[in-house]
Amino acid sequence: MSRVDVANVTKKFGQAVALDDVSITFEDGGFFALLGPSGSGKTTLLRTIAGFYFPEAGTIRIGEQNVETVPVEKRDIGMMFQNYALFPNMSVADNVGFGLRVRKTPAAEEKRRIAEALELVQLGAMANRKPSQLSGGQRQRVALARAIVTNPRVLLLDEPLSALDKTLRVDMQIELKRIQREIGITTIFVTHDQEEALTLSDRIGILKAGRIVQAGPPREVYDRPIDAFAAGFLGEANWLPEAALSGLSLPGSPGGRRFATRPEMLSISAEAPGEGRNAVKGRLQQRVFAGAMATCLVDVAGQQWKLVARDRDIPELPGGGEVWLSWDPADTLAVPA
Amino acid sequence: MAELVTPAERRRLFTLLSPAYLWLLVAVFLPLSAMLFFSFLTDMPQDAPDWGVTLGNYAEFLTNPTYSTLLAKSLKLAVTVTFFCVLIGYPCALVLAKSIKGRSREALFLMVILPFWSNSLVRIFSWAIVLRGNGVLERAINFVLPFDVRLNLMFTTDAVVIGLVHSYLPYVILTLYLALQAVDDDLIDAARSMGASKLTILRRILLPLSLPGLLAGAVLVFVPVVGSFMEPRILGGRMGTYYGTVIEDQFVAVYNWPLGAALSFILLAVVIVILAAASPVLKRAQT
Ligand SMILES: Nc1ncnc2c1ncn2[C@@H]1O[C@H](COP(=O)(O)OP(=O)(O)OP(=O)(O)O)[C@@H](O)[C@H]1O
Ligand SMILES: [Mg+2]
Repeated sequence: MSRVDVANVTKKFGQAVALDDVSITFEDGGFFALLGPSGSGKTTLLRTIAGFYFPEAGTIRIGEQNVETVPVEKRDIGMMFQNYALFPNMSVADNVGFGLRVRKTPAAEEKRRIAEALELVQLGAMANRKPSQLSGGQRQRVALARAIVTNPRVLLLDEPLSALDKTLRVDMQIELKRIQREIGITTIFVTHDQEEALTLSDRIGILKAGRIVQAGPPREVYDRPIDAFAAGFLGEANWLPEAALSGLSLPGSPGGRRFATRPEMLSISAEAPGEGRNAVKGRLQQRVFAGAMATCLVDVAGQQWKLVARDRDIPELPGGGEVWLSWDPADTLAVPA
Repeated sequence: MAELVTPAERRRLFTLLSPAYLWLLVAVFLPLSAMLFFSFLTDMPQDAPDWGVTLGNYAEFLTNPTYSTLLAKSLKLAVTVTFFCVLIGYPCALVLAKSIKGRSREALFLMVILPFWSNSLVRIFSWAIVLRGNGVLERAINFVLPFDVRLNLMFTTDAVVIGLVHSYLPYVILTLYLALQAVDDDLIDAARSMGASKLTILRRILLPLSLPGLLAGAVLVFVPVVGSFMEPRILGGRMGTYYGTVIEDQFVAVYNWPLGAALSFILLAVVIVILAAASPVLKRAQT
């Protein structure tokens, strides 16, 4: 269990720059989610921390040790792969015990720790099965047990849940969070899924084209995105058209800045709202019912805005008619243009 | 699965498969049964009108110790050749499958398959040129080394082994390459992340997972080498009398086809017994 410091790391593949002067700190015992579009360098960053890749420049520290030249075998990390990567020729117990055997752990202790790890992921009864005899979720748990059984300094996960279906994925998210809390291991988690990132992690980093755009607690990144990319990538943003700015109460002057609102901050009505609220006029395009929640798509000066609210909070509105969208001025997002 | 096939489906399956069965019948079963028939004759019907049926050809194998001695010699040769093919082939396949990517892999692959494209006689005679006294190999060594070296490899068992290993190495490399290629790179990365050294990965992951391919390759080499006759004859000279060359003699020199056929079937039986004895190991390797 250690803190991980990445400082000014640059990683190139031939001419292509996959990581461009990345600096980021992963707190001891924290759960950190790396988010970003495809090809932004998430996997590269994770594998550079793991030691599969060596950076061209910069330093990586795990705990008090500089590791940028230490190969993966000696870094003492735990890693979980997208397709589980369980050894098909070994039983569940042997899979979990692999790292202990490599470290020449005494037989009795090895047995005890395998049992403990399998207990932790609630698979005690499956010790003698082969991976091919397990379900997807169970394989995932074995992979997790195998990654943590050696008490590594840091746990690295590259989209570990993306091969699971939706319900199983939510179960595993809860499980993963519980286990992470229980053993208090520093965890770095790569995902595509922003909802997953928001529910699991206590810090989030957004990557774009090999650079960290913004890092911080999920609420902070969500409520105060640093630029338009971060605002649009984590959550959705309705951008205010230039022409609509006059008459609205905005945080600061409009010079050189763009403003947006989140879909769930908006309310919709047929008449203009009262004093003290920002409002724009638009034309209702579509109302989509999705159980408890509903989504409205509204055309605002040629742009499509999205509103998400409880279905019962949305009044009956004529389709294609004029509507007002309003929000509390304090909920306006502002980013540099 | 098989129980679920309805009679109608079974008929259709049979119709679809019948060309394959017909081909098997004509190309494999008929010649083999003809040979089996010959092996029980005293003489070939077209040569001697007074031919009869006998077990004498099989008895000949049992009474004349030369044949069993030669069979043992051939089996030993096959074991040696298989051993060296695996010993050389495994590292080659490992490098091809796991270390080299892209264009250079294609080039290396071509070099592995190249022996397949050349005529086997040409290949063997090339070895003769390389191995003979004062041949290419000796000259090259003497060119480099200051003192005189006499290898005298030609017409030795070693020459036969070299020729056979060269001929059959591609089979081993290809089957092993396929087996190793099928091992997910993430497995290796996972093992590395747990601290495993290269040797541990080879011993505990790559070897067990490629064992079926290794055994398949070994069988592909072992079976034809037991009955081989061309390499022993050309490269072995006086040392090159093996079970395969004796069978060949019966067909092309002595014209004793019944004895040749009987010896062939004894070889077939021995090979089948060996494979059957090895099959539990093969099965275990697959699970
Ligand atoms: N082994 C490699 N060789 C060459 N280029 C690579 C290699 N691995 C990654 N890249 C390049 O580096 C960049 C970052 O890739 P990376 O795999 O880190 O993206 P990612 O954020 O994980 O994407 P995804 O969400 O699709 O998994 C990409 O442009 C990719 O093409
Ligand atoms: Mg990736």
